[in-house]
Amino acid sequence: MFIRSLMSAAILAASVSCAWASDISGAGATFPFPIYAKWADAYKKETGNGLNYQSIGSGAGIKQIKAKTVTFGATDAPLKAADLETSGLEQWPMVMGGIVPVVNLAGVKSGDLVIDGPTLAKIYLGTITKWNDPAIKVLNAKVDLPDLAIAVIHRADGSGTTFNFTDYLSKVSPDWQSKVGESTSVEWPTGIGAKGNDGVANNVAGTNGAIGYVEYAYAKQNHLTFADMVNKDGKTVAPTVEAFQAAAANADWAKAPGFYIILSDQPGANSWPMTAATFILMYKKPVDVAASNDALKFFTYAYDKGAAMAKELDYIPMPDNVIALVKKAWAADIEQK
Amino acid sequence: MERAMTASAIENPQAAHSLPMDRARALGRLKLADGGFRVMTVVSALVVLALLLGVAISLFIGAWPAFQHFGLEFFVSDAWSPPKERFGAAAAIYGTLVTSIIAMLIGVPVGLGIAVFLTELCPPLLRRPIGVAIELLAGIPSIIYGIWGVYYFKPFMQAYVQPFLIGTLGEVPGVGYLFAGPPLGYGVLTAGLVLAVMILPFVTAISRDVFDTVPAFLKEAAYGVGATKFEVVGNIVIPYTRVGVIGGIMLALGRALGETMAVTFVIGNATKISASILSQGTTISAMIANQFADADPGLFTASLLALGFILFIITFIVLALARWMLAALQVKAGI
Repeated sequence: MFIRSLMSAAILAASVSCAWASDISGAGATFPFPIYAKWADAYKKETGNGLNYQSIGSGAGIKQIKAKTVTFGATDAPLKAADLETSGLEQWPMVMGGIVPVVNLAGVKSGDLVIDGPTLAKIYLGTITKWNDPAIKVLNAKVDLPDLAIAVIHRADGSGTTFNFTDYLSKVSPDWQSKVGESTSVEWPTGIGAKGNDGVANNVAGTNGAIGYVEYAYAKQNHLTFADMVNKDGKTVAPTVEAFQAAAANADWAKAPGFYIILSDQPGANSWPMTAATFILMYKKPVDVAASNDALKFFTYAYDKGAAMAKELDYIPMPDNVIALVKKAWAADIEQK
Repeated sequence: MERAMTASAIENPQAAHSLPMDRARALGRLKLADGGFRVMTVVSALVVLALLLGVAISLFIGAWPAFQHFGLEFFVSDAWSPPKERFGAAAAIYGTLVTSIIAMLIGVPVGLGIAVFLTELCPPLLRRPIGVAIELLAGIPSIIYGIWGVYYFKPFMQAYVQPFLIGTLGEVPGVGYLFAGPPLGYGVLTAGLVLAVMILPFVTAISRDVFDTVPAFLKEAAYGVGATKFEVVGNIVIPYTRVGVIGGIMLALGRALGETMAVTFVIGNATKISASILSQGTTISAMIANQFADADPGLFTASLLALGFILFIITFIVLALARWMLAALQVKAGI
């Protein structure tokens, strides 16, 4: 009896280690983690191959792929073409999504509150400190705004969501651009730092008078109150898949080397101003060609069959013409067996 | 068995004759074993030194680009801007020291109070339950304190304690600036209070153990000449156990200085220095925990390593100060 259980344990251990050996390894952005997890689950059911994705943040993802500890890195802050050239990396957009401002105000529901870029920048600069500030009141004549301090919540760790958020603030506020700038982690003039999209979501949910920014899927999953925004054309838009798609439709991916495109503050009456793409990084000449091949098979699956799953989680799948461009780039650049 | 052998050696003259030879061999073997033991303990001690030195040196080498680039300004600047590559340690050092001071100001008197109560005043029926509770408190992992801090303690601070402080102490001229600002819950004071709870068991457990070592006749003699409980504690128990109590306090301070997760959760992670203890701040370990994973190689990483090196030095200075204070106390007491 004992020997048999020992044997079955050994067999189990062996099978587990086999499963690990064939898993695709990746690390990086937290923003697309929910959809990567969903794709991986479906892919495993279909092919038996698993994905081991560590959502440790975009900056860390770039660090890991450059250290060659993972097969692919994932980042929301794309690398510039020159950087890709020197490091021998291939970059492509995997999926798109929206970043939404979330608030915690008693009696205010999703869609009640409207905010525009310059006001958001002033809140994050610390020049607007109360919810009943005239700048917020002008945009929200119908909402009864309290005399309450704004608890500004931002990311404490390096983050691609922060990169896209600060990139947007830089575009709409010269003050923000000169004082803070855009990066995966910046010198925040004010506010409370939290770790990860989850951390921001939790802190906003638990702090009366809070404002934060998270990826749309996190806002939905945590039942947070999100605000509508005024876009570049001066129209008020709600964060919906259609609004994210409208912003994404503007992008001309064919002309961007390394698919370097940032989707914030796009023109168009229906465009959501804080839309973002998330990117994958892989070596053109991988150390382990077989592992690299496995990863590409997974991405092909995600492109071909993952669109519906992406929409379920309120991500926007890449348009077909972009997918064709990406596949062409793979065939041209990445060494395959 | 050994006794049996010796006995037979005495009874048997032949065996007795060969005794000096055996003795020499046995002594030689003992000497060898002793020497081996000595080498082993020396090596163990050296390993500690080598590890300590190795950590310090590797931290310093990693931090060197930051020290070289920013010079002394690194210690006084509170800038922390990765996109502009401007880094300074002042905000983190300030936050580390202030949270630890708040924790010590509250944790030490309360901890000592509990220890005195447990050893001198507590009814025997309560001694065990309270003692076990204190030990359990010491065993709680710091992440649990962090979760408790952010889900229960922070909202409580935001709703009751901070508005009260702003409304009362905040209005007092001279100290009002310490309690200014909106009540957001997160902040230096909240972190300091969570730390106070975390170090409490260290102070209490160690003080209680050393208070128990005070010989009963000393205390009885004091009571015999009419000393009150307070006088016995102040004049007999604490002076007698001074060294142990200070040791416990230093251990607690060490934990407060280096505590990471619980502080990160509630301090607000703002890399700036504010006069008010209600506003957000950061500590050295919180900064490293938040940013190390995705710091770009170069100045950013070097600056984080430099922070680590500074924490190392601060801890070293604190321990050295404790030793020096202890020595000064012993001289004064004439021991």
